[in-house]
Amino acid sequence: MTAHYDKTPVLQTKNLVKRYGSVTAIDHADFELYPGEILAVIGDNGAGKSSLIKALSGALIPDEGEILLDGKPVHFASPMEARALGIETVYQNLAVSPALNIADNLYLGRELRKPGILGSVFRMLDKKEMERRAQAKMTELGLMTIQNISQAVESLSGGQRQGVAVARSALFGSKVVIMDEPTAALGVKESRRVLNLIKEVRDRGLPIILISHNMPHVFEVADRIHIHRLGKRAAIVTPQSHSMSDAVAIMTGAMDVKTSNEAA
Amino acid sequence: MSSTDTKPSTAVLDHDKVADQASTYVAQFERNETPIQRFKKFLHHYPIAAPLIVLLLAVISFSVIVGDRFLHPFNLSLILQQVTIIGVIGVAQTLIILTAGIDLSVGAIMVLTSVVMGRMAVNHGIDPSLSILIGIGVGALAGFINGLLITRLKIPPFIATLGSWNVFFALNLWYSKSETIRSQDISNIAPLLQWTGQTIDFFGARLTYGSLLMLGIFFLIWYALNWTAWGRHVYATGDDPEAAKLAGIRTNRILMSVYVLAGVVCAIGAWVLIGRIGSVSPQAGTMTNLDSITAVVIGGCSLFGGRGSIYGTLIGALVVGVFRNGLALAGVDVLWQEFTVGILIISAVAIDQWIRRGTA
Repeated sequence: MTAHYDKTPVLQTKNLVKRYGSVTAIDHADFELYPGEILAVIGDNGAGKSSLIKALSGALIPDEGEILLDGKPVHFASPMEARALGIETVYQNLAVSPALNIADNLYLGRELRKPGILGSVFRMLDKKEMERRAQAKMTELGLMTIQNISQAVESLSGGQRQGVAVARSALFGSKVVIMDEPTAALGVKESRRVLNLIKEVRDRGLPIILISHNMPHVFEVADRIHIHRLGKRAAIVTPQSHSMSDAVAIMTGAMDVKTSNEAA
Repeated sequence: MSSTDTKPSTAVLDHDKVADQASTYVAQFERNETPIQRFKKFLHHYPIAAPLIVLLLAVISFSVIVGDRFLHPFNLSLILQQVTIIGVIGVAQTLIILTAGIDLSVGAIMVLTSVVMGRMAVNHGIDPSLSILIGIGVGALAGFINGLLITRLKIPPFIATLGSWNVFFALNLWYSKSETIRSQDISNIAPLLQWTGQTIDFFGARLTYGSLLMLGIFFLIWYALNWTAWGRHVYATGDDPEAAKLAGIRTNRILMSVYVLAGVVCAIGAWVLIGRIGSVSPQAGTMTNLDSITAVVIGGCSLFGGRGSIYGTLIGALVVGVFRNGLALAGVDVLWQEFTVGILIISAVAIDQWIRRGTA
């Protein structure tokens, strides 16, 4: 549960730069995610936080600087490569297929095949094993109260669908889970469940990068908060050291960053 | 997920705390449903049920109206022979409709490849089995061209295949010189081409090898769609292409594979067509395009992609076959057969809409 700030960061960037013509989206940005923490990334619109996240999830290739995974430099040419190295992203638009069932969705693109000749020659899916593992994961995350694993995702509520997407990332993410606005489209109660789920995933040892505009949610679950401004990190604060209004002040440039820089 | 299992940390706001005491039901359902609502739910849960009920009702009605002649094994096997071509082409169409596409060129691919098979074997003296393989290759190439138009040039499937339909049909007229290859010539030089029309006796029913071939294709594609990762990816691509891409599926590759496979299936349909009519005619099977779409739609496939099953198409094709055959035996004019098929299509889609409305 407690984060280990003395260890090597799981995911780190140094002097990351990305330019689009004359616009600099990422301006020598540093970033560190430590084992066992929920790191929230906040920033005003246009601050470049989504470019940073895209670079971390492999959706964008930076011009300069380096990305380190467990201290070793890595280069992602695509989200697939980042995923292969254990970085899972839960996208805002969920990336689930409504007509497919929960188990199919969890394993979509990474299906298991039956052992032996059935799998190698006849390419037969191991539906039982996928359903068993999906069931185990959903139960482990406390998501199995109403769902039947062979139920179509379209019959689930927004929060439950988000649960499926989170379960998928927890099932395959071996290093990092990135969550992009996981509560943006949800009601109060469903948000609460998803926030609990995020903590549950963290408590099982996966560090999480949480991108959110919702300050109460950020201050509730985050261990540290990375505030992005003008293409780089403006400050790192914690919910204990700073108030929400401080965070908003730093985010918008109303507060002098130097005085709050050493908070973490 | 119970909302009390994790104690909120210190920063929880009051308005969120209240939510913890809220009702734990996400949604409640009225239990006192009318029988019609229950039936609707049943149909939604088993999409195959509606076409199956129509098929059973049709079989029962026609056996009452027409009598024993309808239920005679000979007549039932005749129905199977009559639906064989639509069934095979329906498989190709199902694959494409599952990806939210539509293929108007399936009939043209079938006729073109039948002409290629016929002319290769009869006019150029190429070994019949090799001729069939060349025909299948031409079918694959035609599907590949459709796939390129749709995935590379981003032309909507309806327009792309409307264009290729005309192109393939014109090529068919050019290559065949608008001449029919006579049945006698085929049976003298390349009897293998007519093998699909040969019958075997099966308890008084006469099954053609073509019908068996059709059932084999249905089984293979059913297996591929339901038991392989490729099949899941076909459904996911048709259901929500963006989500499929984010899940790591190369949707363009899936689309290409589907159009190429459809082309191959159409070429096998060409072989079945030659067996059925005996000769090779550049004018044959002109109705197959729309008939294949009819079978798929009556079988419960959604034209919006991602929903439907391959055996639905088989049942859809059988529904069309049973109606045509039954009405003919009852002495009803051909124009009323067409009329009935039209009503069937509209009813199938109307029922589909009715089932989907209000049952999420």
